[in-house]
Amino acid sequence: MKALLRGTVVLLALALATLMLVAVLDLPMPTVQLPASVAANLAQSGVEHPVTAVLLNFRGYDTLLEIAVLLLALLGMLSVAGPQTAPKPALHVRPDPVLQALARLAVPLMILAAGYLLWAGAHRPGGAFQAGAVLAAAAVLLNLAGLLPAWSTPGRLLRLGLAGGFLLFLAVAAGLLVEAELLHYPPEHAGGLILLIEAGLTVSIGLILAGLFLLFGARPAAAAEES
Amino acid sequence: MTPGLIYAVTGLLLFVIGAAGVVLLAHALRKILAFNLMGSGAFLVLVGLAQRTGGVDPVPHAMVLTGIVVAVAATALALALVRRLHVLQVELHAKDASVAETEDA
Repeated sequence: MKALLRGTVVLLALALATLMLVAVLDLPMPTVQLPASVAANLAQSGVEHPVTAVLLNFRGYDTLLEIAVLLLALLGMLSVAGPQTAPKPALHVRPDPVLQALARLAVPLMILAAGYLLWAGAHRPGGAFQAGAVLAAAAVLLNLAGLLPAWSTPGRLLRLGLAGGFLLFLAVAAGLLVEAELLHYPPEHAGGLILLIEAGLTVSIGLILAGLFLLFGARPAAAAEES
Repeated sequence: MTPGLIYAVTGLLLFVIGAAGVVLLAHALRKILAFNLMGSGAFLVLVGLAQRTGGVDPVPHAMVLTGIVVAVAATALALALVRRLHVLQVELHAKDASVAETEDA
């Protein structure tokens, strides 16, 4: 019975693959030339790199909602985690001195790289998400090397850092309502505003992504009692 | 067949493998991994198809960038839910065991 079920699922998956293959191969060319319209409006966007222009300017509300989703996921994680005990002081493995030395060397460089990525986003591949991911990776590396304890319930300062990027973005978006529409930057200030938003986003994304990992390090109260 | 199309076809195969995994695999952790594979496949389709016209289309690229971050957040939330479920199950088993012990005595 189980084998029959598995066979059916595999057959259905093959049928789905064939169907999608035909659909992709048969897809007509797009009638709307989005790359051309992005290139035509790039001069007004305040940045020189088309992907950053799309992310922060032309489709800025996508990014606004994205950081809101990130924050929501972290809040969801905190709320299902239940009561937290104090984080474990040490890791399961004894910290490796070589790993610790390497982490101490690598983390300042990673923070530098994050700053560069944030700045580079305006004119070449880079930007707030890449920079935030590097920051989060630095925090995870420190945690794995035993230099940074896992987080328990975030304190006031950490909460401000987690929500700050979203709040800053929202404040800029709402402030622009007075002048024009939501997220409609005036072309002469667009570059500065985008850099400001991206700087806030970098810190918040780094903290949120690190939090998604580090909050797992704190054991739920129920599990701690049993062991 | 252009390179973009090869990426798109690879992406849709990954999507189908992931979809089959979500249905076939029993453990929640494996289901989450399979779901992530579906997501990666979808991103590959978007990025691949964006290159069909020759030049690079920045709009799907920005969408995929947004999608990757949202997928990370959703995966973390799913893992948190799975862990909570595990804790509750362990508690339930412990309770059942203690009830059985008192009945035996």
